[in-house]
Amino acid sequence: MAKAECTPKWNTLALRNRKTCPTPEKSFQTTFTPVSKDKNSQTAGHLAGGDTQSSNGPSGQFLARESIESPSKVLLMLVAGLSFSTRLYMITEPPHVCWDETHFGKMGSYYINRTFFFDVHPPLGKMLIGLAGYMSGYDGTFPFIKPGDKYENQNYWGMRGFCATLGSFLPIFAYLIVLELSNSCTAAIIAATLLIFDTGCITISQYILLDPILMFFIMAAVLSMVKFNQQRYRSFSASWWLWLVLTGINLAGALGVKFVGLFVIILVGLNTIWDLWRLLGDMSLSLVDIAKHFLARAFALILLPVILYVTIFAVHFVVLNKSGPGDGFFSSAFQSRLIGNNLHNASMPEYLAFGSTVTIKNLRIAGGYLHSHWHLYPEGVGARQQQVTAYLHKDYNNLWVVHRQQDNNSQSGNPDLVRHGDIVRLEHKETTRNLHSHLHEAPLTKKHFQVTGYGINGTGDANDLWQVEVCGGRKGDPVKVLRSKVRFLHRATGCVLYSSGKTLPKWGWEQIEVTCSPYLKETPSSQWNIEDHINPKLPNISLSVLKPNFLEILLESHIVMFRGNSGLKPKDNEMNSKPWHWPINYQGLRFSGVNATEYRVYLLGNPVVWWINLASLGLYLTMVAVASIATQRGFSLGQQRIGGGLLMLGWLLHYAPFFTMGRILYFHHYFPAMLFSSMLTGLTLDILFRSADLLLHPPYSYWFQRAGQLLLLFSILYSFYLFHPLSYGMTGPLAHEPGSAMADLKWMDSWEF
Amino acid sequence: MLQLPLVVTAQVDLLLVLVSLLAFWTRLSHLNYPNAVVFDEVYYGQFVSLYMKRVFFIDDSGPPLGHMILASGAYLGGFDGNFVWNRIGAEYPSTVNVWSLRLLPALCGALCVPLVYLLTLELKFSHLSALGAAVLLLLENSLIVQSRFMLLESVLIFFVLLAFFSYLRFHNAPSSSWSRYSWLILSGVSCGAAVGVKYMGLFSYLLLLVVASLHTWKLIGDKTISHMNVCVQSVHRVLCLVVVPVLLYVFWFYVHLSFLNRSGPHDQLMSSAFQASLQGGLSRITRGQPLEVAYGSQVTLRSSVSQPIPCWLHSHKVNYPIRYDNGRGSSHQQQVTCYPFKDVNNWWIIKDPGRQQLVVDTPPRPVRHGDVIQLVHGMTSRFLNSHDVAAPMSPHTQEVSGYIDFNVSMPAQNLWRVDISNREAESEVWKTILSEVRLIHVNTSAVLKLSGVSLPDWGFRQLEVVADKLFKAHSSSLEWTVEEHRYGTSQEQKEREAELHSPTHIDVDRKISFWAKFVELQWKMLTVKQEESEHKYSSSPLEWITMETNIAYWLHSSTNAQIHLIGNPVSWGVANLSLLAYQLLAVVYLLRRRRGLKDVPDGVWDQFVCLGCVCVGGWLVNFVPFLLMDKTLFLYHYLPALCYLYLLSPALLEHAHTHLLSSVTHQRALCVGALAVLLSIFLTYRTFCPLTYGSPELSAHQLQGLKWRDTWDILYRRR
Repeated sequence: MAKAECTPKWNTLALRNRKTCPTPEKSFQTTFTPVSKDKNSQTAGHLAGGDTQSSNGPSGQFLARESIESPSKVLLMLVAGLSFSTRLYMITEPPHVCWDETHFGKMGSYYINRTFFFDVHPPLGKMLIGLAGYMSGYDGTFPFIKPGDKYENQNYWGMRGFCATLGSFLPIFAYLIVLELSNSCTAAIIAATLLIFDTGCITISQYILLDPILMFFIMAAVLSMVKFNQQRYRSFSASWWLWLVLTGINLAGALGVKFVGLFVIILVGLNTIWDLWRLLGDMSLSLVDIAKHFLARAFALILLPVILYVTIFAVHFVVLNKSGPGDGFFSSAFQSRLIGNNLHNASMPEYLAFGSTVTIKNLRIAGGYLHSHWHLYPEGVGARQQQVTAYLHKDYNNLWVVHRQQDNNSQSGNPDLVRHGDIVRLEHKETTRNLHSHLHEAPLTKKHFQVTGYGINGTGDANDLWQVEVCGGRKGDPVKVLRSKVRFLHRATGCVLYSSGKTLPKWGWEQIEVTCSPYLKETPSSQWNIEDHINPKLPNISLSVLKPNFLEILLESHIVMFRGNSGLKPKDNEMNSKPWHWPINYQGLRFSGVNATEYRVYLLGNPVVWWINLASLGLYLTMVAVASIATQRGFSLGQQRIGGGLLMLGWLLHYAPFFTMGRILYFHHYFPAMLFSSMLTGLTLDILFRSADLLLHPPYSYWFQRAGQLLLLFSILYSFYLFHPLSYGMTGPLAHEPGSAMADLKWMDSWEF
Repeated sequence: MLQLPLVVTAQVDLLLVLVSLLAFWTRLSHLNYPNAVVFDEVYYGQFVSLYMKRVFFIDDSGPPLGHMILASGAYLGGFDGNFVWNRIGAEYPSTVNVWSLRLLPALCGALCVPLVYLLTLELKFSHLSALGAAVLLLLENSLIVQSRFMLLESVLIFFVLLAFFSYLRFHNAPSSSWSRYSWLILSGVSCGAAVGVKYMGLFSYLLLLVVASLHTWKLIGDKTISHMNVCVQSVHRVLCLVVVPVLLYVFWFYVHLSFLNRSGPHDQLMSSAFQASLQGGLSRITRGQPLEVAYGSQVTLRSSVSQPIPCWLHSHKVNYPIRYDNGRGSSHQQQVTCYPFKDVNNWWIIKDPGRQQLVVDTPPRPVRHGDVIQLVHGMTSRFLNSHDVAAPMSPHTQEVSGYIDFNVSMPAQNLWRVDISNREAESEVWKTILSEVRLIHVNTSAVLKLSGVSLPDWGFRQLEVVADKLFKAHSSSLEWTVEEHRYGTSQEQKEREAELHSPTHIDVDRKISFWAKFVELQWKMLTVKQEESEHKYSSSPLEWITMETNIAYWLHSSTNAQIHLIGNPVSWGVANLSLLAYQLLAVVYLLRRRRGLKDVPDGVWDQFVCLGCVCVGGWLVNFVPFLLMDKTLFLYHYLPALCYLYLLSPALLEHAHTHLLSSVTHQRALCVGALAVLLSIFLTYRTFCPLTYGSPELSAHQLQGLKWRDTWDILYRRR
C-alpha cells in the first residue's frame, strides 16, 4: 500500500523544486547521451510518472532531495518496523542448537572463557557474538557439542537477538541504497519488500551465525560508498569525510568477519578507481588536487581498514590467552604464549640427547608434528609399509625416541648429547618402527621419495639412518630443544626429510604428506624443531622460548587460516551444493530437525522472491543491451539512467568467484549476492513499470504501473504467507509424504522440508 | 575476347619464403629420429591405434579433431593400429611409419612461422618487425620440440594464429570488397578447428570474439552507415564467427562417432543405450532381446551411475554379519550388493505378487509404470527385501537384503513399485535398456539406491545397495536400467539355473540418435574425473614464466642422447621484458591521455591498442585461467601464451624506435641492441640444439654445462 502513496507525491514535489539540487551522476551507470531536444521531449514524458510536462535531457534528473524525505521517512519507519518484527519473531525457537550454531556459539563461549581456538574465519564475528553473549548474561558454560542439544536454562537469546538485530538492518540498508541510486521510492520499497519477506533472509538472520554480521557490514559498506558518491560535489566537506571513513570502517568489519568480505572490498576498490579516473579527466582540477583526493582515499580505504583489521587480531590474541583446542595448529613459539600449554614457562632438558622421547615439529607454518600410526600405505602407493605423516593435533603417535645407530640400551650415567653430524635412528614410540626412506615415489609429490615406518623393536636396515644437521651449526654443536632448526638427511639416498603440505587422501586420514626431498635447499618445509623433550636422566631447565612478535603471530595465523580454508574439501559421499543451484533456489539447508516429530527449520529462499530476482537479472541485461545499442545507433530513449551497474557488479563479484573455488560450498554462501540481486530487482522492475508508456497512453500506462506494483506486492506477501513455516518452524510429517501440511508447497522435488 | 598479351605478375616476399624454408628445415629434418615413443606420444598413440581399428573411446583431455588429425597422419602412412603404446622409449617396429605419424604436427608447427610473419603485417607493423617475430618463433627450442612429435600443441597454435590472421585480414580489407568475407569464414573455421583440437583453444576463440565485438560495436556507432547495412554486417559476423564454429565443433563429433562404431575399453562409462549402438560389446549380448519387460522376465539391472564404476544389482549366498565392527546389529539376511562385473548372480526375475509362477505367459503381460512387482534372485530364489534396519555402511538409510525368514517377527517386505522416470505416458511399458526405473519400496516408500560406498571384506568389497527415504530428485544413483533381458521359460529351479547360465542371443538393432550420443559423450567427457596426481615433470603456472622446470621427453636406451622440452632462455627473457614494458607504457600513455597529453597520434594509438588487445590479451587468456585450475599442468601448456608474447616483442620494439626515441643515436643504439639480442638468441638456440633434436650425444660434463638452472632435471647415465 505504501508504494501507491509514494510515487505521485514525490513526483509533483520534484517538479516544483527541481532546480534546488542536482542529482549527481553515478558511476557504473549506463549513460544515455541526450540528443535533439524535440525528440527527447516527446519521449521523456514518462520520466516522472503521469506528468507530461516533464523536463528534457539532463534536467530530467533534477530532483529535490529534501522533498523526498518526508514520505521516504515514513516508509523507512515502516520498513524498519516490518524488518525487526519479522526477524525477532520467535527468536528463541527452537530452544536447541541449530546447524552451525554448534561452531559459532562454541567459539563465542571460548571468548568468554578466554580459551585459544582455531577457526578458518577471522575473529571479529565470533568476538561480537561472544560480546553479545557476555552482555546478555550468558556465562560461556554451554558446550555446544552437536546440533540438537537443548539449551535448557542458558541465556542464548542474547546471541541470537544480536544476530537478528544486525540482520534486520539489511532491508533498511537496501532501501536506502536503492533510494540513493535511483531516487525512486518505488524501486527502494520493492527492494526492501523482497528482502523483508524472504524466508531465507529471515532464517539466516535468526541464529548464531556469522552471515548476518557479515552481510550487515557488506551492506553498510555499500551504503556508505553510495552516500559518499553523492557527496562528489562537496569534496572534503565534513559529510564527505564521514561517509568515506565509514566506508573504510565497514570494509574492515566485513573482512574481519569472513574472507568473503574481500569481494565487497574489490567492489569498493573498483568504484574508487573509477572515481579517481573521472577526477583525473576533470581538467579543472590540478594534479595537486588529484593527489589530495588520492591520498584521502588511500588513507580511508586502505590504511584505516588495515589498522582496524590488525587491531581486531590484536584484541583476539590479547583476549585468548589460555591454552585450548587450537594449539597444535601453531608453531612452538606461538604456543608458549598460552597459559596452560606445556610450553608456557616450559621446563625440560635443554639439549637433545640419545634415548630421549621427543615430538618433532615442522617449521613451515601449520606444518604439523612428525607422526606415524598403525596403518600401511595402500597398495599401489610405494612400498606397503607403515604410513608416516605430519599431523596438526597433539597426540601420542607424535612421540619418537632418538637412538644411536647401533643401540646399546643399557647405558648408565648421563646420556650422550646428539650433536651436529651424528647419525641417529628415530623410533616411533607407539609402534616401535623406525623412520625409513627408500627410492620409491612419494604418494603425492612424485619428485620426492617415500617415507615409511619400517622394522620392529629397533631392528631395521641401513635405510633407517638419518644424519642430524643443525642449520647454521658446525660439527659438534649440540641440538637445542625448541630453538635449533634441525634437518634430517637420509644416509642412503642423501635426501632430506620434508613436509610437502599436501593433504593425503582418505587412506592417510587426511593428514599431511611427509616425503624425503632430493632437493637440498634449506626451506622451512625441510626444517624441524624438537618441541617436547622427555629424558628423565637429564635435569630440567626452565626455558624462556623466544616470544614471537605481533606481526609474526598475525602472519602465522593467516597462513594457518588459508590452509584450513583450502583444506575444506568436499568429502566423497557428501551431498555437495553447486553454485548453479543457488540462484534457482534448487536446494536448501536443513537447520534443525530431521524426523516428522521434530521441530524443523529449513533454510530456503522464498521461491517467488528468488525467481523474480532471477528473471530480473535477465531483464536488466536485456534492457541495458537494447538501450545501449539504441544509443550507439543514435536513437534516444529519453530514459532515466539506471543505477544498476554497481549492483550488477556487486552481484557478480559475490557470486562468480565461487565457481572457481575448490573448497566445499553451501547454499548460504549465496546470500550476500542475493542482497545485491534483490536491490537490482527493485531498480529494474521500477523502470519496467515506468516504461509502460512507451506502449500505452497516459491513463492506461499509469494504471498498468499501479497494477504491476500491486500484483508484485500481493504475490510476495502471499508467498510469504505460504512459506513462512520454513523459517518459523514446522512439525508434522515430511513434505514428500502425503498428509503433510507442506505437501502442496514442495514445488521442486529437491526441496527436503 | 581474350586480352593480349597474357601477363602474370607475381610479387614474392623473399623474406617470407626464406623464413618458411628455414621453418620447414628446423621442424621437418630427421623427423623419424628418435625411432622410439617420445613422452605424450604414448598417450595420443593409443587413441591413434583405436582410430585405426575404429574402436570407440573417450578422452576427456580434448575434443576429437586433434586425435583425428593425428590418426589421418597414421592413415597416410599405412599404420594398421597394431602397436602397443605402453611405455616411453619403446622402439617402433619397422611396420610403423614414424615419419608420417609426426608429419602433420610438424607441418603445422612449421607453418606457424610464416603465419606470425603475416600476422605482424596485419597488425600494421613493418616487415622488419614481422621478420623479428618470425625469427623468435623459428629459434624457440620448446616450440621445435613440441612440433616434431605426435603432439597437439603445434596444431592448436597453428589454428589459433590462422584464426587471428584471417580475422585481421578481414578487418583490414576495404569494406567494399566481398572477397573479404571468405577471410571471415576462414577465421570461423579456424576457430572451430582450434577448439576442436584442444579445449584450450576456447580461450583464444573467446578473445577473438571480444575483439570482433569491439569492432562491431564501432560499426554500430558509425552513423554514416544505414541501419540495414549495419544489421546485415552484424549478422554476417555472427554467422561466421559463432554459428560456423559451433556447427564445426558438432561436426567433429559427428565424424568421430560415425568412425568409431566398435565397442572398446571405455564402453562401460556410457549408458546401456549408447553401448548397444556400438558393434560388438553390449550390442552382441543385447541384440534381439525382447523390448518389453514382462512378468516372468529374467533381467540384469544396471545402475545408471557409472561412478565409481558401472555395476549391476547382485546377490549371493552370504548373509550380512550379525554384528558389524562398530557393534551395530544387522538382519543377518542375504546380502544384496552392486557388482561391477558380469556374473550369473546378477540375474533377477520379475514376479507378479499375486501369482506364483516365474515364467512368461503367452502373450506376455508387460510391466507398466506404477505396477507393483517382486524381484526374485535367479540363483538363490530370495526375494529382494528392505526393512527398517540400518544399512551396513550408510546407517541413515535402510538395509536391502534377500529375504530369509528367521522367525524373529521380521516379516517380508518385498513389494516394489516401478517408477519409470523418463516416461512419456502414465501407463508406459517398462522397456529394456531405454527405461530408467526407480524401484520404490511399497511399505516404507524408500527408493532402491546405490550408496557409492564399498562394503568391507565380509561383503567382498562390492558396492553397497540401500533404500533411502530422503531422496534427491534427479540423482542418477536411484535409477536402474534393464540391460540383459529374456523371457523366462523354466518353472523349476534347476532348469532355471541352467537357463541363466546360457548366453542370451537374438537379433535386433537399437538406434539412438546422433544428438543423444553427442550430448552423452560430451557430458561424459566433461564430467569424467581422472585421478589427479602429480607427475614427475608437472609444474605450476607461476614456474612457467621463469621456466623453472623442464620436461625430459626421451632418453636413449643406452647413451646420453636425450630430448628435453626446454625453451630458449634468451627469447623467454625477451618475451617477459616486452610484456612488462608494454604494460608500463600503456599505463603511462593512458594516464597522460586522460590529462589531455597525446604522446602519439590517434592512428598510432589505435595500432598500439590493437597490439595490446591481441598480444597481451592473448597472453592473459591463455595463462590466467591455469592459475585457477586444479589440474596436473605441464610446461607445454604455456606455449600458446608464449607465442603471443613473441608477436608482441618486435612490434613493441618498432613502436619504441619510431615513436619514443627522437634522437638518431638512440635509435641506432636500439638497433644494435636488437641485433645483439637476436645473435644471442641464435647462439642459445645452437647451444640447446642437442637437447632439442636428441643428437649429437653429449658427455655428462657437457650436459652439466647445459644445466643453466638448478631446478632443471637433466639426466646423466651412470657408467
